[in-house]
Parts: sequence; C-alpha cells; structure tokens
Amino acid sequence: MRRELSGWGRVPRTDCAVIAPRDEAALRAAIATGPVIARGNGRAYGDAATQSRGTIEMRHFNRLLAFDPETGQVEAEAGVLLADLIEAFLPRGWFPWVTPGTKFVTLGGAIAADVHGKNHRRDGAFRSCLDWVEVMQQDGSVVRAEPGDDLFEWTVGGMGLTGVILRAGLRLRPVSTGWIRQQMVPAPDLATAMEVFERDTGTYAVAWFDCLGQGASLGRSLVMLGDHATPEDLGEAQRAAPFNIPRRRRLKVPMDAPAFALNRFTLKAFNALYWRAGLRKAGESLVDWDSYFYPLDTIDEWNRIYGRPGFAQFQCVLPLATARPGLEALLKAISASGQGSFLAVLKRLGAQESRFSFPMEGYTLALDFPVSPKALQLLERLDAITVDHGGRFYLAKDSRLRSDTLRASDPRVGAFVEMRETGPRYRFASGQSERIGI
Amino acid sequence: MSNGTLLVLGGRSDIGLATARAFAAAGWDVQLAARDAATLEPEARDIALRHGVTATCHEMDATDLDSHAAFYDALSPFPQVVVCAVGALGDQARDEADVASATAVMRANFEGPASLLAHAANRMEGSGTSTIVGISSVAGDRGRASNYIYGSAKAGFTAYLSGLRNRMTGKGVHVVTVKPGFVATRMTEGMDLPPALTATPEALGQAIFTAVAKQRDVVYVKPIWRLVMAVIRAIPEALFKKMSI
Ligand SMILES: Cc1cc2nc3c(=O)[nH]c(=O)nc-3n(C[C@H](O)[C@H](O)[C@H](O)COP(=O)(O)OP(=O)(O)OC[C@H]3O[C@@H](n4cnc5c(N)ncnc54)[C@H](O)[C@@H]3O)c2cc1C
Ligand SMILES: NC(=O)c1ccc[n+]([C@@H]2O[C@H](COP(=O)([O-])OP(=O)(O)OC[C@H]3O[C@@H](n4cnc5c(N)ncnc54)[C@H](OP(=O)(O)O)[C@@H]3O)[C@@H](O)[C@H]2O)c1
Repeated sequence: MRRELSGWGRVPRTDCAVIAPRDEAALRAAIATGPVIARGNGRAYGDAATQSRGTIEMRHFNRLLAFDPETGQVEAEAGVLLADLIEAFLPRGWFPWVTPGTKFVTLGGAIAADVHGKNHRRDGAFRSCLDWVEVMQQDGSVVRAEPGDDLFEWTVGGMGLTGVILRAGLRLRPVSTGWIRQQMVPAPDLATAMEVFERDTGTYAVAWFDCLGQGASLGRSLVMLGDHATPEDLGEAQRAAPFNIPRRRRLKVPMDAPAFALNRFTLKAFNALYWRAGLRKAGESLVDWDSYFYPLDTIDEWNRIYGRPGFAQFQCVLPLATARPGLEALLKAISASGQGSFLAVLKRLGAQESRFSFPMEGYTLALDFPVSPKALQLLERLDAITVDHGGRFYLAKDSRLRSDTLRASDPRVGAFVEMRETGPRYRFASGQSERIGI
Repeated sequence: MSNGTLLVLGGRSDIGLATARAFAAAGWDVQLAARDAATLEPEARDIALRHGVTATCHEMDATDLDSHAAFYDALSPFPQVVVCAVGALGDQARDEADVASATAVMRANFEGPASLLAHAANRMEGSGTSTIVGISSVAGDRGRASNYIYGSAKAGFTAYLSGLRNRMTGKGVHVVTVKPGFVATRMTEGMDLPPALTATPEALGQAIFTAVAKQRDVVYVKPIWRLVMAVIRAIPEALFKKMSI
C-alpha cells in the first residue's frame, strides 16, 4: 500500500510503499525487494525512516519476550515502545536507563539512533544498557550481535542502515519511586549555565534556553537538575503508593495551527513567561516521571503547531574545548536572524566511544525552526559554525543536511560508507541516507 | 489476585488480542483459544509479562463442532467472560461462484461461533455471574450485493445473540452483541478504509471491556455507525435493490 509519510517535523513528505510485516518470513520477503528502511514510531524529525520504494513498519513486532525481576533485564521485540516498558515495569521498580525526551519511541529507533538522555554524561547513550541485538541482514539471515561485534557496533547509531533490528536484550534501572527530585537553577547567561553543568549535577541535567536573549542576557537559561527520589523524599500519601503518579490529561492539537500563531512576538511572550515562571519555581521540587522526562508527550501531535509547512530541528554537539565560543556564535547567529526557536535545549554529553553514534564529550544544542526560506538560510549558517568549531550533527533530527557538510563534520563517514559498500547499501537505504550519501 | 478469567475464542484475531490486553491491564487472567495455538505462545507471554497475569493458549477449531465439548472440558478454570472473535470475511466474488467456499464462510461466522457459545452458555447457566460477548458486524444489518455471504452469516449470528440474551436474562448470564463497522485488522489489511469510520483494534478492546463492565446489550463501536446503519436499514427495498453501496 502507498502512503505519504514524513518524520516528526512533517517535512519532507514522501509517497512511500509501506509494508507492515507480521512475521519474519514476511519481513524477509520485504527485504528481498530492497531498497527498504525500517520505521519505528516516526519520531525522528526528518527522512531517516522513510523510503519511497519500501518503508517497513515494525509495529507488529511489539512483544515483550522475557523479564528478570532480579536483574531488570528485558528481552523484547524492536517495535516495543519505551512507554510500554515504563507501563509494564515501573510499577515493579524499573525505569529505562536512557530515555529521550519522548517515551513514544521504539526500541529499534532508540538503538538505531543510539539515543541519549539528560544523563548522558553519567550513564552514556542507549548503547550502554544494551546486552545484544538481533538483526535481519540483507540476505535474510538473523544474527545476534553483542558489544564488540562489528554488526553490533555499526547497528547502534547506524540509523537502520545495517539491517532490520528484530529483538534486543537490555537492562533497566532500579528505582524506588516514580518521582524525580528536581532542582531548577536560573542562569542569567551562558557562562553561568555552563558552570552549573560543570559542577557535579546528579543524574540528570538539562537547560532550556531563551533564544531571543541578546547582549548580556545571551544564553539566558533555566538549568534543571534531577535525581530519582527515594520514598523518604515523598509525602506520606505518595509514599503509600510510590509509583502512582497523577494522571495527566492528554490534549491534542486539533488541526494545523495557522502560520501566524508562532511568530517572533508570541515566541518572545512565551519565552518571557516561561522564564518568569521558572524564576518563581527556582529551587527544589518533586516532579512525577512523566512530567519530568516527557513534558510534551501529553499534547498529542504537538508537531502540528508549526502548521502545514512543518519544521526543522537543528541539533549539534560541540567538543568541550570549543563549546563556549561555539555556542555563543550559534546563539548570536540565531538572535541576529530574529528566528526564535520554541524549544531550545542544551545538554552536557560525556565521552563515548562509538563507530557512528552522535554523542561525544561536549555540549549539545537542539533547536526547532518552522520551515521557511529564511530559516533554511539560518540553518546553513548554523551548520557552518558547527563545522568551524569541530562539532557534528544528530542524524535523528536532521532533514536537510548536505552531504559535503556531513563529511566536513565527521571523519567517521568514510568508514561507515565502506562498511555499507559490502552489502547493506544495496538493500537498506532511507531518504536520508540517499540525500547525504551514506 | 486475579479479577477473573477471560476466554477469547479466535485468540489470534487482532480484535480478540486487543480485548485480551484490555482485560489483562485490569488484572484479568486470559485464555487464548485458536487453531494452531502453539504459535500464539509469544502473545500469551507478552500479556503475562506486561500485566503480571496468567495467560494461556488453547487449541480450538470453530468449525470442528464435535470438538467443542471437549475443548471446554479441558479449560481450567472455567472463564467468567467469553468473547467470540472468530470470523472470516471470505471473498465475495469467489464465494458467489464457489458455493462450497460460501458455505465455509457461513460456518466460520455463524455455525461455529453459535456452537461454541451454546456450549459456553449451557455451562455458565446457574454458575453465578458471567458474560458472553459475540462479535458480529454491521454487515449483518442488511444484506448487500458486495458482501451478503459474510453479511448473512453475521445477521444470523446477531439474531442468535439476541435470542441467547433473551433466554439468559435473569439466569446470571449477560450477552453482549458487538457490531463493529470498519476496524483496521488483518481482515481488512490493504483495503482503503475511510479513516473517520475506521476504529483501531485497541478501541474495540476497550469498548468490549467497558460493555462487559456496564452490561451493555448492543454496542456499535464508532457511534456514527448506529446512524449510518439506521439510514441503510430505512431505505425501501424497491430502491435498495437498485443501489450499489
Ligand atoms: C519530542 C522529541 C524529543 C526527542 N528527544 C530526544 C532526546 O532527548 N535524545 C535523543 O537522542 N533523541 C531524541 N529524540 C529523537 C528520537 O529519540 C529518535 O529519533 C528515535 O530514533 C525515534 O525512534 P522511533 O521509534 O520513532 O524511530 P523512527 O523515527 O521511526 O526511526 C528512526 C531511525 O531508526 C531506524 N529504525 C527504527 N526502527 C528500526 C528497526 N527495528 N531496525 C532498524 N532500524 C530501525 C529508522 O530506520 C531510522 O533511521 C526526540 C524526538 C522527539 C519527537
Ligand atoms: N475488521 C473489521 O473491519 C471487522 C468489522 C466487523 C466485524 N469484524 C469481526 O470481528 C471479529 C474479529 O476479526 P478481526 O478483524 O480481528 O480479524 P482477524 O484478525 O482476521 O480475526 C478473525 C479470527 O477468526 C479466526 N477463525 C476463522 N475461522 C476459524 C475457525 N474455523 N476456527 C478458529 N478460528 C477461526 C481466525 O483464526 P486464524 O488466525 O486461525 O485464521 C482469526 O484469528 C470477526 O468476527 C470479524 O468478522 C471485523
């Protein structure tokens, strides 16, 4: 069946032949027609999970296979969502080791993008909780691979380009409550924010930026630190049922917002309000896991607030040595262009050895821009600043990077392409891999 | 502590599985009955792992009528709620030409399910509060050229459920008739279904759970279908016979 598909940013939209196999035989038959790409829950922003000639939806591979209540080890099929793991295992005291900012991602997507959370510096990316993966390769064979194996190392962070991940074994984190002790630290400028990050921050740390700040308030941000709360941190009523959290009402963006809804002025008002609300809430508070990790998940289809033109994310990581001047240059360029970003998030990443995954030791900045010719110009500018400062780009967020920019930013591309030449390139390809030539 | 046991006849069906998940999420143990039941073990394990309930698989062939009594004899415990999701859409064009294949469609949608539920009802009678849920279809509300073989069997099944409800009222057994419109399942895979009229299997599972809890008699799953079918039923036959819908 053909269907128009896009990533979370809603552009580019591609008319795709869509297959949703229910078993390995059907999956094998789909791969044989190649080129194909696996699709999880479509939360990557651009064209990483679309292929006009064959997009394989993994939603029928959604079973939990095994759980060890002593060690928190789970075996599951690749279409299982992090939300499913939380629903099943948080009441028994287990939470994902690593989670992105939405729980509606599949295990396959989390592995293929080697996603990172607010605890990367301490706990690494998704790879660090993986025991093994099973991948259906271009010849239809299913191979189990463990850390150290070539197939494992290329698959983690390989954006679906080594084959279709079928199953994985991973470890969960023991927690004793469903609450987070949050500390909100207002930072009037970039230097202060970075100082907060460089202190010992506890398990989780993230900063929200006001992109329209100029001059002295360039980089004005709220830094949010967090740790899993213990029963002693809770009030009496909460302690009686430490994993029960108030149910959040789900809202839905009913239709595409008109393009004028989000402009410089509304954005400015929003950012100012958020900043002031943040100041009022500065200090310690208890926040439930869902509001803490997934503030946007209660709004179904929030990506529609940008309207029909869609939006682009920009996410880069800058090495520690150049992070400060690099971030300043990025923020200045944004501020000068007047293209505010609704979401602007800064995180500190730790060191990570990996063949092709995004994270490296330094700072990562993520921004959203409604698509327009002006925004695309700005993004080109941000690309150049990133490359100048030795940074690289997150493919899970990308919808528009140029092949030469990617190569200028990341010396690992050559080895990745060499691995692809030996086979997977013929069978596995996404809109993104064709666009950036990997 | 289990809240009770649910038996799903047609345990591989997308709607049947979604129903099993909805009950398991509320703490019910589930029994999945299907042909080739061993291949359903991963589904049972998934349900057990997610919800911390007991989930088992049982061999059952709806059209092998002689096997039904023994099938129920082997069930332990005997369920409080039985949902029948067995059904086969057939292929209207083929079934018009090939009478034997038409008969098979009628058996899978009417004779088999009716026999299965008859055994269940007789065992439930007088054993406390139980519920029987039959999944029929809006296709049974009026015979149309495009699917009357399937539709007529569903019409028979709908009438059967109505009669069974009438017989069992006051005897501790409640009977629910579910009439889905379009549902995105294996049965309708590849068809171009209108999104506004199409429900997800999960919505069906939730609706069936609620219908059992609230002792509903007849449920249409997207409410719009009640209206659509009322209109279709109201068209005079002289006009209807010339229409193509
Ligand atoms: C609101 C929001 C917040 C986010 N926050 C973060 C964050 O904090 N940190 C972070 O790292 N990311 C973040 N992301 C990005 C997201 O985590 C990744 O894009 C993730 O890969 C999405 O998973 P998915 O299941 O939706 O996969 P898709 O978007 O469907 O696919 C993403 C990639 O995974 C591949 N893939 C999916 N399933 C398989 C499979 N079974 N086998 C092989 N390849 C497969 C696809 O081919 C594609 O290359 C965020 C996204 C959103 C929308
Ligand atoms: N999908 C819709 O749009 C829709 C609309 C209205 C009503 N319904 C009804 O909803 C019910 C569930 O269907 P579904 O949509 O979930 O489709 P489905 O996945 O195709 O389920 C139908 C099930 O019936 C089982 N079955 C058929 N013949 C059988 C037999 N002789 N013995 C045992 N099992 C048999 C099949 O088992 P096997 O896997 O072993 O073949 C299959 O699991 C059916 O009664 C259907 O008529 C569906």
